Amino acid sequence: MWALLRKDLQIEFRTKETLASLLMLGLLTLVILSFAFDPTSELRDEAAPGALWVAVIFAGVLGLNRSFLAERENDCLQGLLLCPVDRGTVYLAKTAGNFLFMMVAQLIIVPIFVFFFNLPATAALGGVFLALLLGVLGFAAVGTLFAAISVRTRAREVMLPLLLLPLVVPIFIGGVKVTARVLAGKPLAEVAQWLNLMGGFDFIFLVVGWLVFEYAVEE
Amino acid sequence: MTRVLRKLADTVLPFLTFVAMTAAIFMVFVQVPTDKVQGIVQRIFYFHVPLAMMTFAAFGLVAIASGFFLWRGSRFWDRLAHSSAEVGMLFCTLVLITGPIWARPIWGTWWTWDARLTTTLILWLIYAAYLMLRTMSGTGDQGARYAAVLGIVGAIDIPIINRSVYWWRTIHPAVLITREGGSGLNDPSMRLTFEICMLAFLLLFGWLLWVCNESGRLRDAAEDLRQQVIEHESQR
Repeated sequence: MWALLRKDLQIEFRTKETLASLLMLGLLTLVILSFAFDPTSELRDEAAPGALWVAVIFAGVLGLNRSFLAERENDCLQGLLLCPVDRGTVYLAKTAGNFLFMMVAQLIIVPIFVFFFNLPATAALGGVFLALLLGVLGFAAVGTLFAAISVRTRAREVMLPLLLLPLVVPIFIGGVKVTARVLAGKPLAEVAQWLNLMGGFDFIFLVVGWLVFEYAVEE
Repeated sequence: MTRVLRKLADTVLPFLTFVAMTAAIFMVFVQVPTDKVQGIVQRIFYFHVPLAMMTFAAFGLVAIASGFFLWRGSRFWDRLAHSSAEVGMLFCTLVLITGPIWARPIWGTWWTWDARLTTTLILWLIYAAYLMLRTMSGTGDQGARYAAVLGIVGAIDIPIINRSVYWWRTIHPAVLITREGGSGLNDPSMRLTFEICMLAFLLLFGWLLWVCNESGRLRDAAEDLRQQVIEHESQR
């Protein structure tokens, strides 16, 4: 698993393609949404959490699409499957890679988000990152499974968001709720049930993905 | 044995469905009294609720059949999942159409982001994606496996979405059928009408499922024949 993960990280380190595109798309989404919601108005507190999560999801879909496209373009998928490890391990390595890329992009996007939306809270950022951590993990868990599927269908760029977005609704709801409460200065204890939901989601879909991934990549 | 069953399903099932559906229509439009509080529009419930229940049954069947397909790998389970998704999709669409027609005069709005409504809409989206995935991933085992993966993951996701939307929107008007008394079904003829409608839609579901499944079976058989012809041609 570590070898597979290191391979993805090494490719990324050399080209920086995925990170750059994740970052740019996340930033662009934030900028566009700041026009849509006028962050100087009273609406700001209502709109900001939603804007952040829309940016996370848009950038995430893009990154996930890339993660198997590279394997396919260079015919590496065969090689990947020939690895003397369980298919579930391949899934975990791929998920870990996607999770890391998205998290690193978030580390840069969130401060810019605070800056664009003139958010006062800096103390609350820990809570926001906790929500992002759980949210991005669930997103990567479901996304990696369906990226492996959609990459081999016709119209593959469209297929992934179509499959993925309805399924990650709980993550989105939870993420927006936690972010909104935390930015409003509420303690983490108040959002515990949402964090539990997201954690449960992550766990369930990591296990399910690990179990069924072999059906998604088999020839 | 199977031929007798097939014959029965081909002849008796549509006949029974027709009779039950005629009875249901008669009961709903002629027999049953108009609801005092809600007026004429309440009658749509005799269609809306059975449709909703059959939708859940159909999508539940998709998940179960998908699981069996991944486990056993037989085409039978794959066809069952596919046809059940098709019928469920039809019913789900009708639920989403009949619901707003009722909601507009009663709630004063076509749509609210209430838990039940949101979950049903997302259910619709998931299985719309399921059917698209089936057309986009081609025929054969690979497409069937992909669809089965989605069928299972979607089924696990629905209760989670349901929980989260319940926490999310708590302004939830009581669903009429669960509200005993008041304008619920305490009139015996309303209850009878509802039961006949349930039966009619159960039969309709069974019959449509059968028709879809048969057409899938014939499609598969035709595909097999085509492959055999191609092989035969290439050997000459």
